[in-house]
Amino acid sequence: MSSANTIVIAVQDLAKSYGKVVAVDGISFEVHEGEIFGMVGPNGAGKTTTIECIEGLRNPDQGGIRVLGMEPKHSKYRLQKRIGVQLQESALPDRIKVWEAMDLFASIYSLSADWHPLLEKLGLAEKIKATYSKLSGGQKQRLFIALALINDPEVVFLDELTTGLDPHARRAIWDLVLGIRDQGKTVVLTTHFMEEAERLCNRVAIVDQGRIVALDTPENLIRSLGPEFRVTFRVTGPFEQNAFKKIQGVSRIEQKDDRVTIHGKGDRLLSGVVNTLEKGGVGFRDLRTEHPTLEDVFLILTGKKIRD
Amino acid sequence: MAGTQIKTLWKMTWVETKLFLREPMAAFFTLAFPLMVLFLFGGIYGNEPNEMFGGRGTVDMLVPAYMGMIIGTVGLMFVTINMATYREKGILRRFKTTPLRPVIILLDTVLVNFAMTLVGTGLLIVAAILAFDLRFDGHVFPFLLAFILASLSFFSLGFVIASLAPTSRVSQVIGMVLFYPMLFLSGASIPLQIMPGSIQKIADFLPLTYVVKLLQGAWFGEPAGEHLFEILILTGLLVVCTVISALTFRWE
Repeated sequence: MSSANTIVIAVQDLAKSYGKVVAVDGISFEVHEGEIFGMVGPNGAGKTTTIECIEGLRNPDQGGIRVLGMEPKHSKYRLQKRIGVQLQESALPDRIKVWEAMDLFASIYSLSADWHPLLEKLGLAEKIKATYSKLSGGQKQRLFIALALINDPEVVFLDELTTGLDPHARRAIWDLVLGIRDQGKTVVLTTHFMEEAERLCNRVAIVDQGRIVALDTPENLIRSLGPEFRVTFRVTGPFEQNAFKKIQGVSRIEQKDDRVTIHGKGDRLLSGVVNTLEKGGVGFRDLRTEHPTLEDVFLILTGKKIRD
Repeated sequence: MAGTQIKTLWKMTWVETKLFLREPMAAFFTLAFPLMVLFLFGGIYGNEPNEMFGGRGTVDMLVPAYMGMIIGTVGLMFVTINMATYREKGILRRFKTTPLRPVIILLDTVLVNFAMTLVGTGLLIVAAILAFDLRFDGHVFPFLLAFILASLSFFSLGFVIASLAPTSRVSQVIGMVLFYPMLFLSGASIPLQIMPGSIQKIADFLPLTYVVKLLQGAWFGEPAGEHLFEILILTGLLVVCTVISALTFRWE
């Protein structure tokens, strides 16, 4: 990032409980200007509570928050003029039309700028007279992005942006988010799709049970697992492990029914496995290599699979 | 600052008015239904001077009573449903992320619902004048005051129900459970004068009865002094409900 790491959000030791349920248990992090900062974790990890404290929607029990130099608790309205928010759970009145919603929100921010180009950019120009309840899931989400961007905010918060969307709509939304960053805005998003975090985020905080268990770029998080990758294939007959253990770089071999997974590292691993299969006359199919993903990082750090 | 807030208020009120009219149920019960009952009962009884109503015609009696019906419908059904669903669906939450002040949302809800009550009432009056020679013996200003007091007290009751009910469905049920007995037992649809004494006793416990009595009194030009009790009850209802809904207001 060229913008020299100006800090736009600083969260220090944030904590928030609902009754006896601890939602956020001492979270600290900083968000730099112009980056896409992601919080990933399962439902109930405390992502939404954290983001809503930053937006000024909730008051934390403890901890300090500064956003664009302001404290959300004390400067709620001043802050909300300069940020844009897409909530995880929200809606518009069923019978409101797209243009009416845009017009109303423009008036809330007392804007004079024309919002039509924004709708066009988000692919909603043809839906301008459509009623909210008649929009598809992806269109509703794009409208919420439009409303979050209508005041030309410096920081945009996107909470579970693509939950409930089909893969096609999800990819379209990803391009939009990258476009928001390219305009120089800072984006804070939460997701429980690891692929989404990997694709979009400059830095990712992995959140579990109200704490940040790791925070780094997706590449570094994955690299922290080491250079290991795996080769997997299905065998069509009996399989004898011994010959494969001798291949350079192999660390361990797993077999479950006909599915064999060979873990290891190095450039020679894949060719070694294929050669050994050919030499030994082992029948196989579905051979592929798998590189570690954020999913694996999450699994190793928290000991559980993230649920979709 | 205040200027932009007022502009936003007008914009919201305008959008919400359109939304109100797009809701077939709401438009029907505030605008069409009162006219239907007017023509039904006006058609049956006409508006000839009647001993029982002190020399006034049946329609002269019914029109201010039907205004009570409109106020009850709007307050207990539409204000309630509107606030409760806005909260439940997260529409209020969405507004909470913007610099919009909560008071604007409350004012806009009151304005839209009052405007709709006024339009429904206006249609009723015009139709009754044209079809039944409706007579107005009161004074416009005191009548408007009585009308505003009655509307606000019932709207505040609607806000309280919306605040206290756990879900929008429950608030809808509470609103209906309160509204329907009142509709029939408070004189808002059937004159209390033709009801047995026991019903009239029940009516004393229903706030809508006081709306109907006050509006009829103001319509007939009776001095406010004769209706201090109604004014007191409705003002009390307004104050208590406003305090409760201010204390229990939730965005979500």
